[in-house]
Amino acid sequence: MENRPGDFSHIKGWGIDADPENEPTYPIKKYTGDDHNRLNWQRPAQQPATVEVLHSNERPNLSAVFGTSAPPAGLSGKLRRYAFQFSESSYGHWLPLLLADRINVAEGIIDDLKQGHVPNIFAEKGWKADWKYNRPALVKRVVVTAVLTTALIAYWNRRKKPTKR
Amino acid sequence: MLAMNYRGPYRVRASRKPYPEILHPDDAIVRVTRSCICGSDLHLYHGLVPDTRVGMTFGHEFIGIVEEIGPAVQKLKVGDHVLVPFNVACGTCAFCKQELYGNCHESNSSATAVGGIYGYSHTAGGYDGGQAEYVRVPFADVGPTIIPADMDPDNAVLLTDVVPTGYQAAEMGGIKKGDTVVVFGAGPVGIMAAKSAWLFGAARVIVIDHVEYRLDFVRNYAQCEAYNFRSIEDVVLFLKKETGWYGADVCIDAVGGDASGNAMQTITGKKLLLQAGAATALHWAINSVKKGGIVSIVGVYGPTDNLIPIGNVVNKGITIRANQASVKRLLPRLINHIQEGRLDPKAIITHRVPLEEVADAYHIFSAKLDNCIKPILIPPSARV
Repeated sequence: MENRPGDFSHIKGWGIDADPENEPTYPIKKYTGDDHNRLNWQRPAQQPATVEVLHSNERPNLSAVFGTSAPPAGLSGKLRRYAFQFSESSYGHWLPLLLADRINVAEGIIDDLKQGHVPNIFAEKGWKADWKYNRPALVKRVVVTAVLTTALIAYWNRRKKPTKR
Repeated sequence: MLAMNYRGPYRVRASRKPYPEILHPDDAIVRVTRSCICGSDLHLYHGLVPDTRVGMTFGHEFIGIVEEIGPAVQKLKVGDHVLVPFNVACGTCAFCKQELYGNCHESNSSATAVGGIYGYSHTAGGYDGGQAEYVRVPFADVGPTIIPADMDPDNAVLLTDVVPTGYQAAEMGGIKKGDTVVVFGAGPVGIMAAKSAWLFGAARVIVIDHVEYRLDFVRNYAQCEAYNFRSIEDVVLFLKKETGWYGADVCIDAVGGDASGNAMQTITGKKLLLQAGAATALHWAINSVKKGGIVSIVGVYGPTDNLIPIGNVVNKGITIRANQASVKRLLPRLINHIQEGRLDPKAIITHRVPLEEVADAYHIFSAKLDNCIKPILIPPSARV
């Protein structure tokens, strides 16, 4: 419901204790009364939607400007579209988005490979910096990973061997 | 052009992306001369912020030269060297009119709970950020500010977020002369909050963190007390004793959801993502502040839920104040503080990294290697 100025003369004492100085949001907010006009400001020109933009169902329209960085696509995009059916107050919104983010990582690797680019995951994780500034921890991590992987493979091979009768 | 490219949690690279285009009459294209990695970029890097899409470019702290302007832009011209506040703000909505530039309603379609922020996931508008050679800057007449001729660009780039955020943390604390202020977090924002607390008249400033080199830095830079919570059995009890069993007048959470120090918070908030990050610092802040005290939050949390002792907020009569910094509102005062020598932001810059090595820069900052406080990225086009 809109918050409109009205005649409250029938309410005894209406507004008698209103104190414009009592503004707990000051100085963060410079109170002007614009809040009471709700969404009725003169909107800036609307950016044309040249890509698919998912908008919160807690607003009636697209914002005047928006980013076009990575439009929804693939399986993660489907999940994101599903998520935007729910309000920002709902787990139905955020949990599918988190899941979509993880799926998107795999999609990113597939896209890289499709384009003939094999991602250098070690470089992307900044292991060069580890080698320079944190070598003992890096070596330890590599050794532990190698030992665990070898142990897992050995265990797997033992289980696969047919038992002699 | 070369740009940072997010590939997944803990994975980024520099790669070629298309040059940004003018998409709105109020847009400008800015050629980046410096950009920073912010502590809050690490929340994205760690995969904690929902709707962070692969292929996006991060970076909400940057300065650069105006390369191109849209037909409606009037205040900027090609060639201007500008600092760009991290908030995308229209200047005309009810929130911007009331100087809540961090809460603009016309810059983010994806969420009503946060305004548009450059390079900060689709939850914050889906804008590519400034860790690139070029960036699209919407509402170019509102946010971007021409860098004063006498200002060091290193100071200018820190005015886009870290200085105003630290300053606003202190401002929201409503610090009175003589107050004891506790700042949780000795990252760049915590350092600036501690420094700013003195400007509001604090009599005592205490910083809590667990990274020893950062504690040494803040002790020296902000002339404050600094303690390692790893060497304290109970942080809240320690602060109660330190404040004469009264509690601090003001507590500032400058950490957010990436906090350490409480196993339950870490596991549920950072490992299992059952919370919107680990709320350890906020928990400590609420329990360490005096009755009737103020807790100021600038640390970034995700959009879902957090475990905090809200009953203590009620029973102690605590006022909680929080917001994304309203950079544009604060710029005139902060520029003056720098020009008058009251603030020296550039002293926190420890690493200058070519944009091509962005993956290493993120890892150094995230893993706190090589005594890193604040890394800045220099694009190749800014080095010629």
